[in-house]
Amino acid sequence: MSAARPTSVPLLRLTPLALARPGRARRLVERNLVVYRRGWTYVVSGFFEPFLYLLSIGVGLGHLVGSQRVGGHPVGYAAFVAPGLLASSAMNGGILDTTYGLFFKLKYAHTYEAVLSTPLTSADVAVGEVASAFLRGSVYSAAFLAVMAGLGLVGSPWALCCLPIAALVGLAFASLGLAVTAHLRSWQDVDMVALAVLPMFLFSATFYPLSIYPGAVGWLVRVTPLYQGVVLLRAFDLGAVTPGLWWHAAYLVVLAGVSLSVAAGRLRRLLVP
Amino acid sequence: MVRARRLRKQFGDFVAVGGIDLEIRRGEVFGFLGPNGAGKTSTMRMIACMSPATSGELEVRGRDPATDGPAIRAGIGLVPQEDALDAELSVLDNLLVYGRYFDLPRRVIRERAGQLLEFAQLADRAGAKVDALSGGMRRRLTIARALVAAPELVILDEPTTGLDPQARHLVWERLYRLKREGVTLILTTHYMDEAEQLCDRLVVMDRGRIVAEGPPRALVAEHVAREVLEVRVLPADEAAVVAALDRHGAGCDRLADRLCAYGDDGDALLAAVLATGVHPEGVLVRRASLEDVFLRLTGRRLVD
Amino acid sequence: MERVERVGVTGAVADVGARPTGLGELCPRRLSRPPWVRALGYFLFRWRRTFRSTLAGNFVYPVLYLAAIGVGLGGLVDHHLHGGATAAGLSGGSYLAFVTPGLLAGSVMQIALGESTYPVMGAIRWERSYETMLATPLEVTDVLLGHLAFVAVRVLTAAVVFVAVAAAFGALASPEAVLAVPVAVLVGAAFAAPLMAFSVTRERDLAFSTLQRLVIVPLFLFSGSFFPLRQLPGILQGLAEATPLYHGVALARTAMLGTPWRLADVGHAGYLVVLTAIGYVLARRTYRRRLAA
Repeated sequence: MSAARPTSVPLLRLTPLALARPGRARRLVERNLVVYRRGWTYVVSGFFEPFLYLLSIGVGLGHLVGSQRVGGHPVGYAAFVAPGLLASSAMNGGILDTTYGLFFKLKYAHTYEAVLSTPLTSADVAVGEVASAFLRGSVYSAAFLAVMAGLGLVGSPWALCCLPIAALVGLAFASLGLAVTAHLRSWQDVDMVALAVLPMFLFSATFYPLSIYPGAVGWLVRVTPLYQGVVLLRAFDLGAVTPGLWWHAAYLVVLAGVSLSVAAGRLRRLLVP
Repeated sequence: MVRARRLRKQFGDFVAVGGIDLEIRRGEVFGFLGPNGAGKTSTMRMIACMSPATSGELEVRGRDPATDGPAIRAGIGLVPQEDALDAELSVLDNLLVYGRYFDLPRRVIRERAGQLLEFAQLADRAGAKVDALSGGMRRRLTIARALVAAPELVILDEPTTGLDPQARHLVWERLYRLKREGVTLILTTHYMDEAEQLCDRLVVMDRGRIVAEGPPRALVAEHVAREVLEVRVLPADEAAVVAALDRHGAGCDRLADRLCAYGDDGDALLAAVLATGVHPEGVLVRRASLEDVFLRLTGRRLVD
Repeated sequence: MERVERVGVTGAVADVGARPTGLGELCPRRLSRPPWVRALGYFLFRWRRTFRSTLAGNFVYPVLYLAAIGVGLGGLVDHHLHGGATAAGLSGGSYLAFVTPGLLAGSVMQIALGESTYPVMGAIRWERSYETMLATPLEVTDVLLGHLAFVAVRVLTAAVVFVAVAAAFGALASPEAVLAVPVAVLVGAAFAAPLMAFSVTRERDLAFSTLQRLVIVPLFLFSGSFFPLRQLPGILQGLAEATPLYHGVALARTAMLGTPWRLADVGHAGYLVVLTAIGYVLARRTYRRRLAA
C-alpha cells in the first residue's frame, strides 16, 4: 500500500496518454459502432455532403472557372477542386464527432461517468473517441475517393496514397477537435469552433490556388492545418509529388500527437477530479 | 475489502473529506449516512477509483487505487447517484456495451444480460430506449449494469432516491439477494429506514468527518435512548419544558419545529412535561430510530 | 422589452402591488396585446441572452462567403470569361453580383432551418416552454404564430446585416436592393412554416441533421445560387426550378440587381406565399395534435 498520489506513475509526467491501452480504448470504439449501427441513415448521409459539393462547385461551377495549373500542368477545375474537397471532408469527418457530439456527451449525457467506473481510464476515452472519428472519417474518404475516380478526376496512380493521407488529416482534426472541445464551457463556445472551421474550409486553397492571395495573407493560409492536407492530397491526386511534401505530413503527425496528448490530459482533469 | 487511513479529498480550498479512517470487511453491507455535502459521494468516488485522493492511504480490494485503478475497477460495480445510462443505446445494449468495457467475451455478457434483465424485471424492455423508462426502471437497469462483470464489491450512491415506495422495496429486495450471495455492498442513503434495514455497519458523516460508527442498533443505543418524546409547544413555553426535561435527566434536542427528548420511558417524560402546566400543541411517544441519531449528530446546526 | 420582463413568460399584464402579498390582483386587469404577440415576446426575451453572438454570426458568415466565393472564386470566373459574364448566364455582369442574392437566399434558408427544428423540439421536450405557455391564456395557434413570427424576426435581422455587408462589398447595383430584405423574410417564412409542421411531430432530433444533409444542402448547392441552372442536364434543371429556394433566389436576384420586375417575379412570390400558407395550415394541425391532444 503506497500513498495515494495521482502522479506516482512516472510516465505520466511525459504524457497523459501513457494511461491508455489499445485493448481498452477499443471497447469505446465498439460502443460507438453500436450507436452508428442504430443511426445508420445519419452516418450514411454524411457521405453525400462532400459529394454534392463536388458536383455543384466542381462540375456545375467548373465551366465558369476554367482550368488551373498544378505542378506546371493545366488541370480542369473539377479535378483541381476535388482533392480540396476530399481534405475538407476528412477534416469535417474528424472534427464533427469530436466537437458537437463530444461536447454533448461530456456536459449533458455524462456518457463517460459510467465508462470510468469500469477498467477504462480517461486516456482510453480520449484514444477511443479519436479512433472512432478516425475510422468513420476514413470510410468517408475512401468512398469520396472512389467517386472521384468514377468521375475521372484522378490524375495519377499516386492517388492511392490519398487514402492514408486523408486518414491522417482526419486523425489530426479529430485530435485537435477533442483537445479544443475538452476546454469548452458552453454551446456558444462550440459555435465559435464552427466559426473557426468555416474560414479554414473557405480559404485554405481549397477552391483556388494560393497565388490568388497577397503575400502576408498567403503565409497565414500556409500555416493552417487544412492547407497541409489540401497540398498533400492535391499533389498525390494529380501526380505532382515532390520531397517537400514530407514537411506537410510531419506537420499533421505532430499536430495529431500533441493534440491527443493535450486532450487526454484535459479529460483526466475533467473526468477524474 | 476497503481500508483507509487519514483519507483526505480537497477541491481547491474546499475540503470535501477531511481525513477519515475506514475498514470495510468482505461480505458486509456498509452504509454512509450524512447530510448533503458531508463528503459521502467524494468518499465513494475515491473508493471506486474514479477520483484520486489528495492525501492519506487507501487500499481497495488489496491494491492501491493510485497505481492499479483499472485492475481494482474490474471487480467493482458502481451505481452512481445520477443514473448515467447511455441514452444513445437500448436497454440491452447498455448491458452489452458496459460488459465489453470489462473485456468480457460477448457470449458471456449476452448470457448474463438475460439473467440480469430478469433480475431487474426488465426482460420485456430489452429493446426499449433508455429515455422511455420510468425512474424505477432506470435505477434497476443501473443496478443490473453494475452487476454485469459479477463484481465482488458493489458501490451504490443513493440507490433509491426519487423512487416510489414499490420501486424502493423492489430495489431493497434485490440488494438483499446480492448480500446473500456474499457480495460486499457499500451504499449511501438519506433514508434511515433503508440504512437500518440493509446495513450491517454504518458511519455517519458530517462536514467531511466521521462522527459515529457501528451497527445501526448499537448507534441508537449509544447516541439516543430507547424511546423518544416529540413535543411541539409555543415558543414562549419552550424554556419551561426544556428545564423540566433537564430535571428529569433526559437528553433534549431542539429541532426546527419541535423538541425531541430521549429516555427509556417516553410516557414518564411526557408526564414530566405536562406537570409544568404547559399545554403542548402536539405530542408523540415512539421508539427511537436511526433518524434520531442522525438528527442528533448532524441536524442541530439547522436551528443553531 | 421591459414590460415583457416584468410580466414574465407570457403572463397577462397584472397590476403589481395591489394585494398585501405583493402578488398583484388575482385576475389580469386587461388583455391588451394579441396573444400571439405575447408568445413572440417570450422568444424575443430569451433571445437577449444570445443576441450579440447571433448578430456576430449574421455579420461574419456573409463576410466570409462573399470574400471566398464572391471575390476569390469570382475573380477566377471573371478572368476566365473575359467580360462575357452576362453571355454565360451570369446576370449582373460579374460573378460577385450574381452570387450575392443566391447567398442571401441560401443563408436565410439555413437560418429558418436552424430556428424551426431544434428550438421546436427544445420547446417541447427540453425546456418545455410550449407547455408553460399553454398553461396560460395562450392557445396552440398563438404559440405557433408567436414562434413563427420570431423566426421571421431572426431572418429579418440577418437579412438587414447581409444587405449592409453586400453593399460594403460593392455587390449591389442600386438602393432598390433593400427590397431584398422583405424577399428574405418571405423565403424564411416559406421554409420555416412547413419545417415547424414537421419538427413538432418528431420524437428525436436525429431527423434534423439528416434533413439538413439530404434536403437543405442539395437545395443550397443546386438552386441557381452558385451557377446558372442551364449548366444542369434537362431533367435536373426542371427539378431545380421546382424547388422553393430557386424561386427565392430568383426573386432576391431581381431585387438586388435592380433589374425590372417581371411577371415571373409575381409567380416566384406567389409560389413562396402559397408554400407559407400550406406550411402554416399543416403546422396548425400538427401542433394541435401534439400539444392539445
